[in-house]
Amino acid sequence: MIPLSKPKKGASGKTGMWRTEKPVLDKERCTNCLLCWVFCPESAIYRTEDKVEIDYEYCKGCGVCANECARGAIKMEEE
Amino acid sequence: MKMEDIPKEELVLSGHSACQGCPLTTAMRTVLKALGKRTIMAIPACCSAVIQGMYPNSGVNIPLLNVPFETTAAVCSGIEAGLATQGIDDVNVLGWAGDGGTYDIGIQALSGAAERGANFLYVCYNNEMYSNTGVQRSGATPKHAWTTTTWKGKEEERKDMPSIMVAHNIPYVATASISHPIDLYEKVTKAKSIKGTKYIEILAPCPPGWRFDYSKTIEVAKLAVQTRAWNLYEVENGKYRINATIRRPKPIEDYLKLQQRFKDAVKDTEKVREMQANVDARWQWLEKMVEITN
Repeated sequence: MIPLSKPKKGASGKTGMWRTEKPVLDKERCTNCLLCWVFCPESAIYRTEDKVEIDYEYCKGCGVCANECARGAIKMEEE
Repeated sequence: MKMEDIPKEELVLSGHSACQGCPLTTAMRTVLKALGKRTIMAIPACCSAVIQGMYPNSGVNIPLLNVPFETTAAVCSGIEAGLATQGIDDVNVLGWAGDGGTYDIGIQALSGAAERGANFLYVCYNNEMYSNTGVQRSGATPKHAWTTTTWKGKEEERKDMPSIMVAHNIPYVATASISHPIDLYEKVTKAKSIKGTKYIEILAPCPPGWRFDYSKTIEVAKLAVQTRAWNLYEVENGKYRINATIRRPKPIEDYLKLQQRFKDAVKDTEKVREMQANVDARWQWLEKMVEITN
């Protein structure tokens, strides 16, 4: 029998546990340019109707989103 | 094309085991969105293997195969032949390997598949070293870069893999960077529409390997393009085209000093001068190729 893996969110568990700093989005400043969404290595930023949301269950807190946000709308805060 | 035109559906699922700030997952997300769900992927031993190789779960929501290190392109040829035999022509076949699995270990299978004109897309995400096994030098490591096997900086120049693929006379070869997602998305979409072997190489700066803070992955990739250390171009049926024309390039130091792997090299003005000269010569070569082939 060939061992088959099945696709699953959280294949390596709740990776939000890895985080020491969390990104916090200021929705007032956000222009929905989607840079954070497209660059997120974790697929942990998702698009809603008009803005983006962060999935803290899986966000590893790398800070790429905060570093790339052109409007400075994402700040990293200690957990 | 605009950013919002990139599909929302994620084929790389959250909660995978790649490092924080990993460039390969950013690249894989964009590439798989461009190819769509009807794609079969082959992945050899590389950092990507930890994303879908955590049996019994996979972090990638498409069918894929874990294959031996040197066989990515051979397996893709097989998948493609199997699909053709069954009369299935709406499934994309994707070979996805790192630079170790492409420049060094997988080059024989890739060369063979390209020569046979097998119909698949091969993507090399280039982190310029064997990151998964703990940062050893590869054929893609640039000169003067530190790795655990080149303590005093690599002494040799890197291979020019895109040119090796162009020399196979395949219909499409392109370079991309994770910092330019729309360019990457468009290249994959174009490659998808072409029959034959297609090769795309994506620069993927690795935070633990290149030794920079993991929030700076995209910044480093962007600087590589802005300093011309990494050029974005495509070769369609032998015709070269530059996709990001950098009129006023930043000095190479801007790119080097962000990375601890060059910390010794940047102290040596002679080495920096040499690297700057190489980068300039490469750009001139590229402009010449555009001129000659168009």
